[in-house]
Amino acid sequence: MIRTHVLICGGTGCTSSGSMALKEALEKELEVKGLTEEVKLVTTGCFGLCALGPVMIVYPDGTFYSMVKPEDIPEIVEEHLLKGRPVTRLEYHEKTGDHHAVTSLSETTFYKKQHRVALRNCGVINPEVIDEYIARDGYAALGKVLTEMTPEDVIKTITDSGLRGRGGGGFPTGRKWQLARVIVQDGGKKYVACNADEGDPGAFMDRSILEGDPHAVLEAMAIAGYAIGADEGYIYVRAEYPIAIQRLEIAIKQAREYGLLGNDIFGTGFNFDIQLRLGAGAFVCGEETALMTSIEGNRGEPRPRPPFPAEKGLFQRPTVLNNVETYANVPQIILKGADWFASMGTEKSKGTKVFALGGKITNTGLVEIPMGTTLREVIEEIGGGIPNGKKFKAAQTGGPSGGCIPASLIDTPIDYDNLIAIGSMMGSGGLIVMDEDNCMVDIARFFLDFTVDESCGKCTPCRIGTKRMLEILDKIIDGKGELEDLDRLEELARYIKAGSLCGLGQTAPNPVLSTLRYFRDEYIAHVVDKKCPAGVCKHLLRFVINEDKCKGCTACARVCPAGAISGSVKNPHSIDPAKCLKCGACIEKCKFGAIEKK
Amino acid sequence: MKSLAELAAIKARMQDKVAIREGSGNIRVVVGMATCGIAAGARPVLSAFVEAVNAADLVDKVTVTQTGCIGICQYEPVVEIFEDGKDKVTYVKMTAEKAKRVVHEHLKNGMVVEEFTIGNK
Repeated sequence: MIRTHVLICGGTGCTSSGSMALKEALEKELEVKGLTEEVKLVTTGCFGLCALGPVMIVYPDGTFYSMVKPEDIPEIVEEHLLKGRPVTRLEYHEKTGDHHAVTSLSETTFYKKQHRVALRNCGVINPEVIDEYIARDGYAALGKVLTEMTPEDVIKTITDSGLRGRGGGGFPTGRKWQLARVIVQDGGKKYVACNADEGDPGAFMDRSILEGDPHAVLEAMAIAGYAIGADEGYIYVRAEYPIAIQRLEIAIKQAREYGLLGNDIFGTGFNFDIQLRLGAGAFVCGEETALMTSIEGNRGEPRPRPPFPAEKGLFQRPTVLNNVETYANVPQIILKGADWFASMGTEKSKGTKVFALGGKITNTGLVEIPMGTTLREVIEEIGGGIPNGKKFKAAQTGGPSGGCIPASLIDTPIDYDNLIAIGSMMGSGGLIVMDEDNCMVDIARFFLDFTVDESCGKCTPCRIGTKRMLEILDKIIDGKGELEDLDRLEELARYIKAGSLCGLGQTAPNPVLSTLRYFRDEYIAHVVDKKCPAGVCKHLLRFVINEDKCKGCTACARVCPAGAISGSVKNPHSIDPAKCLKCGACIEKCKFGAIEKK
Repeated sequence: MKSLAELAAIKARMQDKVAIREGSGNIRVVVGMATCGIAAGARPVLSAFVEAVNAADLVDKVTVTQTGCIGICQYEPVVEIFEDGKDKVTYVKMTAEKAKRVVHEHLKNGMVVEEFTIGNK
């Protein structure tokens, strides 16, 4: 009889920090100690605290172990699983001052402020076992919809809940479904599609849902199919997400075996089935019309809207296309009601949002918070603040389409409309934290470089305009910029936003515009003073040896790869700026802090 | 799947198996499983508790877990039962048979099995 469950994170983060090796070691050790009949191993989706991976939880006591190594397994099995004494040295300690180990996950400040709706099963169930999903009310929403509700009821519930698209645009989901429902073309064939082509650098919300709770997406798509009158669904998922694809395939197979996908579901005569389509990694395929063009078997390029997908989508038929996280909310809304969902969040943004926390932050990982939580709560409390005593400078949301939120706006409640008002956007949920060591011009350049690479080339403003903007930024970073360049950037940005065919081009200038808006002084420092205040842009840096501090130990001269440092023993050295590569090797080597970046 | 009843059946069958991860029980059965406890036979006691709690359908009320040495090694196997708002009950020199009675009389019907408690030794 099973008395203990050991949950090991099988998300992408922990898998790459070695959780599968842990699992093997545990299996072996349980065998040796004869505990296989008493202790059950469960591989789950992402817990969220990826920075501490690989992580595992032991139930029923809920002990949370972080950064576990295979060498630790014999001790955990012997001490904890056999003798009931948790291995305290491996328990997660929060850096809060008091020294008691936090043993239960929900006690940590990382989880305390979170509210898990879309992620409710991630890190709790084994995503490869449909029965575990069913045990947590899985497919009950589909059952309820098919046996108790009309399609109009379903759409009304989703509309009343206030759910908006989690992929970034924030379009009301219920209205989207309604538009597709009312359009009836000859033959009546319609489609439901799922956008799992998550492409923002550093974002992995959808990935974690697909890996941790794939059935929730399948169930919601079937519900959408019933609501609009479709019997076929497509999931467009990146080929770079191997674990997500594998678990989706398993989930679809299991759902078909149980008759939860296929014909005559629950004996109601409703038919629905789902197919996977793998994307080859083009960022533009996350744009809805390009995504559908790609599913149809063509090169992934956007097409003009209107007609909108609700009218002419996949194969020219009415189509509902939602993002993974949007779907993950749907079964919960059906079961718990529109009022329950609408009770969370702000006036115009209901429910919760998942963010992938990254950059200069202590707890990198995945968090789900009610809409309206302030950026300060996310960064200082849930995220555990900025490491190494550095100061918070800005947060970037919305990836290459979004913008920066400066430190002065850290108390802004996060919702769709507030973020747009301050020149950023919700985006799909990437949240990259930057400290004083980040140069904002360099950040803007990074994102623009990304969009230049990813522009599909179909329309001129995006293909050529973004390239011209990048050239201007390069000029500024090289120290050859002039003040007029800042105006040129803004002018070009206006044309690109107005003239581009799809969302990629229309939003591509945002990172530049928002950094220009909040960090113009940094641009001016680059252009006028030819200085990079954060010390990032190499061409604007000078490495200098402080003669008072230099002891003449020659360590720097020996490590310099360019032979740029000269001087004799016990006398102050000097750097030849013409030869210096600005690699920083000398700074790392100097024991006296004598080398300065200027 | 042709009916909601089938879905409900799977849910009922599986619910106990995942309930352990929710820590929902307000009664905690803690079995001392240090070296002294194991040497005195705590493992079969633990297994008996887990099985009897499942058999009595008490999974959503009772959490069976372990702890280290409680410090009264001569009385091992020791089992302590914690319940919100009630005094802790300490059972000593437990066996699998005694465990079944504790589950039936104490956990299910709320009657402490006085003869097994530490006060009776």
